[in-house]
Order: sequence, then structure tokens, then C-alpha cells
Amino acid sequence: MTKSGHPDGPNESLAQAEARETPTVNRRRLLAGTVGMVGALMMRSVARSEEAVMPVVPDDPTRVPGAAPTAYGQRSPFERAVRVPRSWWASLTPLQDSQGMLTPSALHFERHHNGVPVIHPTRHRLMIHGLVERPWSFTLDDLKRFPSVSRLAFIECSGNSAIEWRAPTGKTVQQTHGLTSTSEWTGVALKTLLGELGVKPEASWVLAEGSDAAAMTRSLPLAPLMEETLICYAQNGEPLRPEQGYPLRLLVPGWEGNTCIKWLRRLKLGTAPFMTREETSQYTDLMPDGTARQFTMVMEAKSVITSPSGGQRVQPGWIEINGLAWSGRGRIAQVEVSTDGGGSWQEAVLQDPVLPKCHTRFRVPWRWNGTDVILQSRCRDETGYRQPTRAELVAVRGVNSIYHYNAIQSWRIAADGQVTNVHA
Amino acid sequence: MFTRNVIVAGLLALLSVGGMWNSQAADRSGRTDEYGLGQAATDQDMRKWNIDVTPTGEGLPPGSGTAKQGAAVFAAHCASCHGPTGQEGPMDRLVGGIGTLSSPKPVKTIGSYWPYATTLYDYVHRAMPFSAPQSLTQDEVYSVVAWLLHQNGIIAEDVVMDAGSLPKIQMPNRHGFVPDPRPDVPKN
Repeated sequence: MTKSGHPDGPNESLAQAEARETPTVNRRRLLAGTVGMVGALMMRSVARSEEAVMPVVPDDPTRVPGAAPTAYGQRSPFERAVRVPRSWWASLTPLQDSQGMLTPSALHFERHHNGVPVIHPTRHRLMIHGLVERPWSFTLDDLKRFPSVSRLAFIECSGNSAIEWRAPTGKTVQQTHGLTSTSEWTGVALKTLLGELGVKPEASWVLAEGSDAAAMTRSLPLAPLMEETLICYAQNGEPLRPEQGYPLRLLVPGWEGNTCIKWLRRLKLGTAPFMTREETSQYTDLMPDGTARQFTMVMEAKSVITSPSGGQRVQPGWIEINGLAWSGRGRIAQVEVSTDGGGSWQEAVLQDPVLPKCHTRFRVPWRWNGTDVILQSRCRDETGYRQPTRAELVAVRGVNSIYHYNAIQSWRIAADGQVTNVHA
Repeated sequence: MFTRNVIVAGLLALLSVGGMWNSQAADRSGRTDEYGLGQAATDQDMRKWNIDVTPTGEGLPPGSGTAKQGAAVFAAHCASCHGPTGQEGPMDRLVGGIGTLSSPKPVKTIGSYWPYATTLYDYVHRAMPFSAPQSLTQDEVYSVVAWLLHQNGIIAEDVVMDAGSLPKIQMPNRHGFVPDPRPDVPKN
């Protein structure tokens, strides 16, 4: 292994950088081959996060000096909201505990296909090649020197709510809808980078590839990709979290989460889809006639009541019904709430700001009289698209398409106040 | 804004007069070179990461293998997750299911669902085995791809898979995919 004079310098090629890489953690051993072990590691890490050190609580905090400043803040040790694992490959955002429109970075859902890689920021490169005039390689510092763009956007896994196609399955809204989150994302616009390199006229698709152990790849159509896509290095004001793609990820606002390739290392421009495993055998929607829809990128409008929601117990009297609505096609125009299983609907108040391709908080004041009821929400986006009922969705798509389930969610409140997931 | 535009226009005119703008545009073939950040990707850089394989076979490396050779590769590296015949799991079922896609319980496998055989090379090489991705040799990948195609009844046991033969394989579900028709729910 040759030692370069300036190991992290701008003139070091990608191959040189990789050649001298001495991993401090043996990732293969860490992931050690078995799915079970990855799962165990994950469960343990989730459990550990719940074991916050409890401080001594004074009788009167106004009579005892408080704690000194800290270098990197933590939430109150009394708070317990956590992501829960769906499996070794995903964890779910606790929407039942969410407030407002933003998701804390630490609670943004996770989806990865062979674990979260450890990537050194100065050794990471983004290579852009294929049908560009000049194949180019960027360091993270290079990318941060370009004009930056910040925007808020939701990311929703297209498998969100996939367990709800056949029968009410998730017990909580975290389980039914927890594969969506909203953050502020900062990076450089894809069109800025491609403008710099020159796109050849015949280029029409882009292969995006991650630097994880799945070397995750998706083909993305170039023309719509040029509109809003960001190559992000920051989330909610700080560098991306490792599980969100540190140090670099794609953000394609409104498209299924899998297109927002994390740990991004390569963009290759070509003339046709590359037909990777993830866009053929996965992330395709099987219809009742046996055909499968491919490149179903946009996440259509969807809403869900997060409070009250499954697993909670409510008391008769005043209750604020609130929840989240979002659309991959733009802004939410209207949310309505029903407290009688869809018989009648009341317009909800939308919390400002209502931003395109972002979670939007809605609220309806309500007084529960202690009888058995079914709560539902439905939304419409600025294109006029209306969130379908489950029956409408299943009538078209059957129950085997896995992805893009966006039907109206029903929560039953029984007379004892217990809230459960039902299909109504 | 007006003033800046005038200045920019003036500068552009000067550059044109000097011939610099024209020669830059010609040399750099559309590159604006506004920022001058990053560096050219070397051939070495591109070779190392350029691992994708397309349906036309572009990207397939040298090497070859047959299902006979692939049986041992599969048993050693794949069977613990996919079962001894590729059907038993616990992870994704790889074999069988042909003709089930329109049934109430579709079985999606390489044989029943995957539209391109080239995707098999790409994916096995980039992401498998799960515990040691990109560790199989080119011959091992071709061999295990041949074994999977043979198990699915698509090729005979002694057919050699290589960069020439793999893109020619017609997968049973080659024409099973349609473009996105959404919004698709009536009243929308």
C-alpha cells in the first residue's frame, strides 16, 4: 500500500483513496453473514437507546442549580419515543408521538438492504460518468462548495403500509404508516452538477448507486430527475445521519424512498433503464392480471390520523384529532375527517406552512361521547387527486401489489376507549 | 439586476471578440465550467466501480460457467439462506412459481418474475453472498447464474453462460411489465 503525500488532498484519485483505505471496522465480520445476527444487533441498539441515565429529580428545580452546557444535546431522559424495527432491514418512525410536520433525524425511519455502512467523509467520492461530456469525480468538500439548496421534503418508502393490503395488520400507526418522515435536506442540485459536466443529447436515464454492502442501484429517468433532485449532504441542519446515507444521498422529492439512493457514490448516464434487481424483481407492482407496473415512482396523496391511533386508549370528552397528510405530486389542498366510519366528513384545519411534497399536520376538534366509533381521514392534493378508500384501491390493484398502498386508514374507538386498526 | 445583466452581456461580448468564449465552448463540448470543482474521473476509478450489467450485456466481464459447476457454488454460498434447491428459504425463493402471477397467491421468483437474465449477473455479483458481497469470482457468478436458470427450467444443465450467451436468454416473464398508469383509481 503506497502512502500518498496528501492522502485527503484534492488530487488524489478515487482508486488511490480506496487503495490505502484500512478499515477500522471489519464490516463483513460485523454483519457476519447471518440475517439473524443483524437483527439481533438492531434489537440491541434499539433497546440500548431506551436505557438513558435517569437524573436525580429535585423537589423544586428552582432551588437547585441545573446542568452545565453539553457538546451535543440529548432529549429529556423522560422521553421514550423510539423507532421500532420491522425486521433487520427497516425501522419505523413513531408517528403516534409526532408533533408538527418535522421528523427528528434520530427518529427518521430506516430502510437499508445490507446494513448501514461506515464511510469516511474525506475518502468518499461521487463519480459521474457514462453519457456526460466529461466523466468527473467529486469529494464531499467539492460538493459543498457548489451553490447549495435547502428544502423540506417527505421521504416515504413505497412499502409503507404494505402490511395493510389484505387485512388490518399493524397494531399502531408506527407499524401501519411509520415508513415516512419529513426533514429539511441540503445539498447541490443535480442539474447544477450535470450542467457543469455536460450531458450528451442521447442520455435519458441515470443509474444511481450506493456505497453500501448492497451497492444499491436504481435507474431514474433523466428529464423529471433534473427538475428537483438534490445530492444531499445535510439533514435538519447537520450532516446526514449514517442511516440516512452519510455522507451523501439523493433526494428526489415525491418519489418512492428507494429512489433516494443513500451513501451515493456513482451516477451513470445511459440511454435506457439498467434493469437492476431493485426495479424488476422488487419495487414493481403486481396486478391481478399478472402484469406488473414498473417505474411507479410518485408517492400518491395519503393521510392518516396519528392521534388517537392504534394501541392508544382515550377518555370521553375533549379530544383533538390530528394527523399527517402528504402528496408526492405537490401540496395538500384539503383534509377531511370522519368520526362515523365515512358517513359524514368535516374539514380539518391545515397547519401552516403547507409545503409541496411535505408532511402537513391537520387538526379537528372533537368531543367523544364514549360510544363505539370509527375515525378516518382523507385528503386531496393540489392536482385534484383524492386519497382512495381501501375498497376503491383494491378494486383496481388487487391485494398482491405490495407497494404504494395509500388507502384511507380506519381506527376504531371501542366503548372502553381502546383504539384499534380496522378495515371499514 | 439590469446593471448586472448589462455587465455580464458586456463581458460575454468581450470574450466573443477575443475568440476565447468560442474556443472554450468548442473544447469543452457544452461544459459551462462555471465552478471548476472536482477532477476528471480516471479510467482506473471508473473500472473499479463500473460494475453494472445492462440487458444488452454491456458490462458483462470475461469468464463462464455451467449449471453443473454452479451447483457447488450455490451449495457453498447460497443454500444456507435460499434452501438447497432455491425454494426452501428462509430468504427469497429463487426457483419455481412460473404461471402463478395472476393467481391469488403469486410466487415471484427468478423463473416466474425476473424479466432479464443479465440482472442476475449484476445482482449476484454486486450484492451476494449477503455476508461477503462481491467476493465470488466471475466464473463462480456465471456458474451460479447458470444453475439458477437451469433450476427454473430455462436452460439445460450443460449450457455455458458467458458474456455472449447470457443476454440472449429469454426469461419467461420478459413481457410482463407495463408502465405506470396512475392515477388509476376511478373518480380521480
